[in-house]
Amino acid sequence: MGLLSKKDSKLILDPLADNNPITIQVLGICSALAITAELEAAIVMSISVLFVLGLGNVVISLIRNIIPSKIRIIVQLTVVAALVIIVDLVLKAFAYELSKTLSVFVGLIITNCIIMGRFEAFALGNGPWRSFLDGIGNSLGYGVILIIVGFFRELLGSGTLLGIEVLGDPIAKTGLYAMGYENNGFMLLSPMALIVVGIIIWVQRSRNKALIEDH
Amino acid sequence: MENRTDKNSYTILFAIGMVLIVGSLLAFAASSLQERIAENKRIEKQQNILYAMGVNENEEGSMAFVSKAIIAEEFTKYITKQIVIQDGNVTEDENAYLIDVKKEQTSAKAGNSRRLPLFVGEKDGSTFYVAPIRGKGLWDAVWGFVAMDANMVVQGAFFDHKGETAGLGANINKRFFMDDFTGEQLFDASGSFKGITISKSNADPLNKDKTDNEIDAIAGATITGDGVSAMLRSELKLYVPYFKTLKNN
Repeated sequence: MGLLSKKDSKLILDPLADNNPITIQVLGICSALAITAELEAAIVMSISVLFVLGLGNVVISLIRNIIPSKIRIIVQLTVVAALVIIVDLVLKAFAYELSKTLSVFVGLIITNCIIMGRFEAFALGNGPWRSFLDGIGNSLGYGVILIIVGFFRELLGSGTLLGIEVLGDPIAKTGLYAMGYENNGFMLLSPMALIVVGIIIWVQRSRNKALIEDH
Repeated sequence: MENRTDKNSYTILFAIGMVLIVGSLLAFAASSLQERIAENKRIEKQQNILYAMGVNENEEGSMAFVSKAIIAEEFTKYITKQIVIQDGNVTEDENAYLIDVKKEQTSAKAGNSRRLPLFVGEKDGSTFYVAPIRGKGLWDAVWGFVAMDANMVVQGAFFDHKGETAGLGANINKRFFMDDFTGEQLFDASGSFKGITISKSNADPLNKDKTDNEIDAIAGATITGDGVSAMLRSELKLYVPYFKTLKNN
């Protein structure tokens, strides 16, 4: 594998498929519903989470042996909130335009259960390097689902991708719209995000029967 | 054996230490960056005001403000006069654009008289009156700047928001929404002030009818749209007496 040992590369690759945070661990569902009406928002959110989770996992892992177990959740929350706020302040001062795009996501990142989930499940029990890889892997897995959902919601809901009208102009009736095609406005509402996530879960589990839980 | 980190005394000490460290870190970051952030916000306001009156670097399909490097120059070039209207009295104030509309709204609620800033601009021989407005969207504040001519016909508009839903309400700051306002009337046919309604049911999605007091709404952003309608109506109405005096002169 070169750069990474087999065990380490598993940390990155597993969450992309068979241990996906959204479809298998059911973490980060709320933000997957909230910000996938547009592909661009989904991509920005994925990158933000990649950054915060990678860094947060390292911080938590470094202080894992001194965190009192009784208040560990509060400690985790404080770490992620402080990280996100500092990043937001620095962006506001030095990259104002970028911070305007990201400001909506700041609150969503802090309350994103994928972050707390990985702190609790992984960083508290593993070293910084492995925790870093776990953070990157899980946020990539999260991002993949977000981007898939965002892709379908924007395409079917608005007829655009990244704001570009790929299916023609719905008002002037060009392209597909000339043949009577209509955008499905329902795709823009959160319930459809849940249904799209449901379809991904269905496809994933029918391809890999081992993922189906027994009850 | 009990773990050292399970002790109550350790837990309390850790909590105190953590609060001190994180708190001072945040306070340090906030206060050391405060000046730069305030400066960025001031520049943004100037950019927004000029954007509303059509001074921007928009190209077909894209949207861009006047660049930071030349904004100070452009602002003094295009904005010829800034006035403050209070209780019907008009005074000139070259820093009227720094008036915080949110604070004015709060103090007006407490019974004080409100200061209304208005920015007068000249571009290509025509005069623009740009008014700042502010209201509530679905999650948080929405605000904007509306450029009008002396008859209160909208010449351009800029909207922004703090935290509307990405892809839905957040689209009020996109051109496809803002551009629709150009040319729209604020008065109805009988000459009374009506504002502009963000309408889900208008039969005019291409916005060819500029006298219907309606703009086509964004699908999935009903409450944000209602918030924009409400702030247009209630805020711009405050400026009507001033525009009447313009006509009489």
